[in-house]
Amino acid sequence: MRKVLLATCLGTMAASAAGVAIANDELTKMAQNPKDWVMPAGDYANTRYSKLNQITAANVGKLQVAWTFSTGVLRGHEGGPLIIGNMMYVHTPFPNKVYAMDLSQDNKIVWKYEPKQDPNVIPVMCCDTVNRGVAYADGKIFLHQADTTLVALDAKTGKEVWTVKNGDPGKGATGTSSPLVVKDKVLIGISGGEFGVQCHMTAYDLKTGKLAWRAFSEGPDDQIMVDPEKTTALGKPVGKDSSIKTWQGDQWKIGGGCTWGWTSYDPELNLVYYGSGNPSTWNPKQRPGDNKWSMTIFARDADTGMAKWVYQMTPHDEWDYDGVNEMILSDQQMNGQNRKLLTHFDRNGLAYTMDRVTGELLVAEKYDPKVNWTTGVDMNKSSPTYGRPKVVDQYSTEKQGEDVNTKGVCPAALGTKDQQPGAYSPDTQLFYVPTNHVCMDYEPFKVNYTAGQPYVGATLSMYPPPGETHMGNFIAWDNKTGKIVWSNKEQFSVWSGALATAGGVVFYGTLEGYLKAVDAKTGKELYKFKTPSGIIGNVTTYENNGRQYIAVLSGVGGWAGIGLAAGLTDPTAGLGAVGGYAALTNYTALGGALTVFALPQ
Amino acid sequence: MRRSFLKSHVEDKLLRHIWSVIATIVVVASGNTSFAENAGDPKAVKSEDGKYLDKEGNPTFNVAADGTIDWYTYSGYRRYHSECHVCHGPDGMGSTYAPALKDSLKTMSYGDFLGVVASGRKNVSTSQESVMPAFGDNTNVACYMDDLYVYLRARANDAVGRVRPGKREEKPAAYTEAESACMGKPH
Repeated sequence: MRKVLLATCLGTMAASAAGVAIANDELTKMAQNPKDWVMPAGDYANTRYSKLNQITAANVGKLQVAWTFSTGVLRGHEGGPLIIGNMMYVHTPFPNKVYAMDLSQDNKIVWKYEPKQDPNVIPVMCCDTVNRGVAYADGKIFLHQADTTLVALDAKTGKEVWTVKNGDPGKGATGTSSPLVVKDKVLIGISGGEFGVQCHMTAYDLKTGKLAWRAFSEGPDDQIMVDPEKTTALGKPVGKDSSIKTWQGDQWKIGGGCTWGWTSYDPELNLVYYGSGNPSTWNPKQRPGDNKWSMTIFARDADTGMAKWVYQMTPHDEWDYDGVNEMILSDQQMNGQNRKLLTHFDRNGLAYTMDRVTGELLVAEKYDPKVNWTTGVDMNKSSPTYGRPKVVDQYSTEKQGEDVNTKGVCPAALGTKDQQPGAYSPDTQLFYVPTNHVCMDYEPFKVNYTAGQPYVGATLSMYPPPGETHMGNFIAWDNKTGKIVWSNKEQFSVWSGALATAGGVVFYGTLEGYLKAVDAKTGKELYKFKTPSGIIGNVTTYENNGRQYIAVLSGVGGWAGIGLAAGLTDPTAGLGAVGGYAALTNYTALGGALTVFALPQ
Repeated sequence: MRRSFLKSHVEDKLLRHIWSVIATIVVVASGNTSFAENAGDPKAVKSEDGKYLDKEGNPTFNVAADGTIDWYTYSGYRRYHSECHVCHGPDGMGSTYAPALKDSLKTMSYGDFLGVVASGRKNVSTSQESVMPAFGDNTNVACYMDDLYVYLRARANDAVGRVRPGKREEKPAAYTEAESACMGKPH
């Protein structure tokens, strides 16, 4: 299998060797122009930082709405638009429309694309019909549809150039993540961890859509594309059959480990970074073993797909702490040395700082003090449990067992942070992180696997940490010391991606629908405006005709739209006893709108 | 144990049986009854092996004077929060994209409930895309249809609140037997 893939890969590389450098250079160069926003995360390093500084901490209080646009679609709007020159590309949740608008012509819609998809894919999507945005390269817009179709559209006309199917929705595979273009390839992940999909990261040829490589999260070495001798975990070779020997029988075939989060890329190292999600089912008793490589950070060669290093954060998951959140790449000094760092805020409530060249673990600390399922990661390099989290028995759903309700686990399954991406400012060297502040009861029980049907096997209820009334925080984090620098309370989970700017301002949205601007140094709130619906989109900035704009999608939904819209239960104080538990429906309703802000002229 | 997730031949047979029973009910339901206002009086008039039945003979909840709830309501609570809540919200409260079943079950009949859960339904328009999948061949749902119905009926009638049910009856022996047969053994 691997040989075939490699051969295909080499063939593709040889065929388009001339085009390789061009597409990559084009994107790298474009990402350096702060006037544009050319990829969903802003840049390959996923910093969500902009050098634009017209809007500053001093003047952001005067921000006004410049224009708005209704997407014509309800339900959860994750992600954000791309801006390239005078063009803006806006995507929607299912049915996955794309609008191309000309900013120089009063935002006229130049073209609109709407794929035809079987609506049967809707209920196979675990947590609303979200989509996290389109990608651009080589004159094409890449859209990852709900039914896993990856389509390349002519950026000028919206006409289909090629399409390829990445998975089978009939078996529970769906598409929510945003593609990333690296060199001559489009990288795409897949969703379906609640349906027992054997998930993978796949690279397609930029020009033709032909499969270049596919690396599964679990399975035999050739399928997961590791070299037993050369691929390392915490500095040591992973060895033969590193994945399948951590699963019972052939459970890995329905093992999950989905790849629906964000991907980043280091052009110098030629490595792509992403995380894998929960092992299927949610009942840990039913799948003994570490379940590798679910819950894992992967560093893979962008050309071949071969893994350089891996690190499993939550071996044998017992709480649905997917490891898919973004990997933010930064070059910083640590203990007097220049380090190439990777910082990752995991669902499990730990923030990891790693050396992204070697995969060495440098820092692993809780970024919400309420996290209680672990006492921390074993950082002793000579310990047999080096790099593993120490699990507290009281909160272990494995130890408590099937048909037992394990109470008071923090964080809840939606994690201290979910997919909503954080931002990094090189000016302050701080990370700005939208977080959830929610705990849960979790009761696992036996389930049967049926292809295309939910494969969950746990009941859970969620509520704010005991004694607290707020369910979210927006924090500034120091990745070198592993400490919170400042923290702003939010009534609801912060489910919106952050933006940091050279103007010393950090932006984020809230589930009630506010766009907020805060001081990057202190967290002081400088501006807020209530948009038409709750915000689970990511804040973007761009410059057009000499003005800096801030743009964000509203449209409440996503996983946050499940529990929070109904109000979370509080088993101790009773429902609605405290204002903090009040239902989100008292604050906002479904919508789908882009709101664009600027300073008054 | 090794292949616990793969259906055995025996299970397949059982499943087909469940399916045909459900299919029959659907035909009856859609042939004889209108869709709404068929929820009926939820009062339990008798019980058989720990399952309570209303005067129509449909399964229903039972809350004893001391607050003890029947096994089916409890089991339904558990299964609901595994299979249904990701769309229909915690405690049947609904979400931004699926209806609150604590309200739907105020008017929906037992037959209609079984039909929709087994076969699914679609409501797709320009402003809405609601799709309920068919769960008829999913043993995690099909084996617990009555549990789910009884729990949601209890929610619709405010017999249980938005909390995990507390004091409950023991799991009936006949239930355990039926569950094992339906879900397939061994695990």
